[in-house]
Amino acid sequence: MSAVVLTLITGVGLGALYFLVASGLSLIYGLMHVLNFAHGAFLSLAAFIGWQTAQALGVSSWWALLASIGVGALVGAAFAVFTELVLIRPLYERHIEQVLVTVGLALAAVALFEGIWGSDPLTVAGPPWLKQTTVVLGAHIPNIYWLLILAAALVLGALVLFLKKTRYGMIIRAGVENRAMVTALGIDVRRAFTLVFAIGGAAAGIGGVLAMHYMTFVSAHLGQTLLIFAFIVTVVGGLGSLAGAAIASVLVAVLQQFANFYLGGTGDFIVVIMLAAVLLLRPRGLLGRKA
Amino acid sequence: MSDPILRVSGLRCSIAGQQVVEDVSFEVPPVGITAVLGRNGAGKTSTLRGIMGLSARRGEIVLAGQRIDALPTHRVVQRGVGYVPEDREVFGTLSVAENLALAERQAQPRREFVAELFPDLVKRKDQAAGSLSGGQQQMVSLARALLNDNRILLVDEPTKGLAPQIVDDVADALAEASKTVPVLLVEQNLDVVRRLAAGAVVISSGRVVHTGDAAEILDDEALTQRLLGVHASGEAA
Repeated sequence: MSAVVLTLITGVGLGALYFLVASGLSLIYGLMHVLNFAHGAFLSLAAFIGWQTAQALGVSSWWALLASIGVGALVGAAFAVFTELVLIRPLYERHIEQVLVTVGLALAAVALFEGIWGSDPLTVAGPPWLKQTTVVLGAHIPNIYWLLILAAALVLGALVLFLKKTRYGMIIRAGVENRAMVTALGIDVRRAFTLVFAIGGAAAGIGGVLAMHYMTFVSAHLGQTLLIFAFIVTVVGGLGSLAGAAIASVLVAVLQQFANFYLGGTGDFIVVIMLAAVLLLRPRGLLGRKA
Repeated sequence: MSDPILRVSGLRCSIAGQQVVEDVSFEVPPVGITAVLGRNGAGKTSTLRGIMGLSARRGEIVLAGQRIDALPTHRVVQRGVGYVPEDREVFGTLSVAENLALAERQAQPRREFVAELFPDLVKRKDQAAGSLSGGQQQMVSLARALLNDNRILLVDEPTKGLAPQIVDDVADALAEASKTVPVLLVEQNLDVVRRLAAGAVVISSGRVVHTGDAAEILDDEALTQRLLGVHASGEAA
């Protein structure tokens, strides 16, 4: 029983991390039809700067952790806005070129980060509570998972409020459905593009700092490792669907954890099989729109 | 005679590299409804989309004396061109109220006018637009364009696929709207054209082949059949 509880809660926690990365990817694709392979670079840079912030403020303090999350969000948003304005916008409607430039940026960013911070992983301590466990129905749950779940729930709630209650949120929801019609109402949809990149970058930045604490280190490849699963989650949930990304994040991660625990560490394999099944049987994903 | 509100000269439009409008020139007077007629695939919708900047276009488009052919779509709209697209294109997951709120461009949108014209939409303001009937979606689409003080409305096949009673309602709404703003109307239903339009532009194979008084064209059985491929009653030849 305790093993099932442990696997379930850690699966939800890992899903929370996937969601932080995938939410931005899904919104960006939904509105702009851009497959952003540089999204992992936003995450890695935010983690590195978050690490620097924590080092400066005291690695074991809660204030340092909160500050590094805030700084990570800002850095992720700023890097994403720069990417959209300088690299994506000039290639508007040229999707192949956009993919190539984001792949190029992702590769260049890894090289740049290794040049600055070295190729060896940098370990991070964080508040001692994160390394402790909380007992739930006999299962000892590492506390980092509660932090991941809380952060993802807050980000999800903030995103839903933003999308439902603000004019720009309305523009983004409408743009995901029919971008041309939004412009035909007199709205400059390019501002929404920049905003979506900023939001996606901020969520990835938060995810980057938390991923660093989850893995207890940061390296130049941190973002790329998580990006693969974020893409899987985005496709399974339905490109452009925030709710789909949230559901798929938990589904993929829980399945992955159970397969790892009960099927001899085959979690990654099972996830890829799930992706193939979704692509074959329901190509638009769980909550994606019909083509 | 007063200056035209819209003048289109030598308009050429292409979609995915294929020329769909070859050479279209016409003028729209500053009052009343001008119909754009033609057989299926003649280039009527593409002409409207070209004016809006929704497809690649060349040529000269002058709105109230100012060229707008180099402007992106949102700037064309901000200059005062309201657009009601073919197939409504409401945002299905957004509520009726949200669809309308998105369309509001001016500080004092004409909410009362729209509410009087489409009282049903007020009752259904919280309903998802995608769950409305075709006629109700058409009302949303028209209402979005009528919320603002436009210089001209481009309306594309507003009665397409609607029941006869709803066609009458849409025609009534267009007639009311045209009292405050000139309308360029693409319409296949010749009864509606006969009732609403003063002038008409006939397009065939991406070119203007006839312009004149709408009633004169529709009263001429032979001309209607030659230009539109239908009897003036609206039946296919």
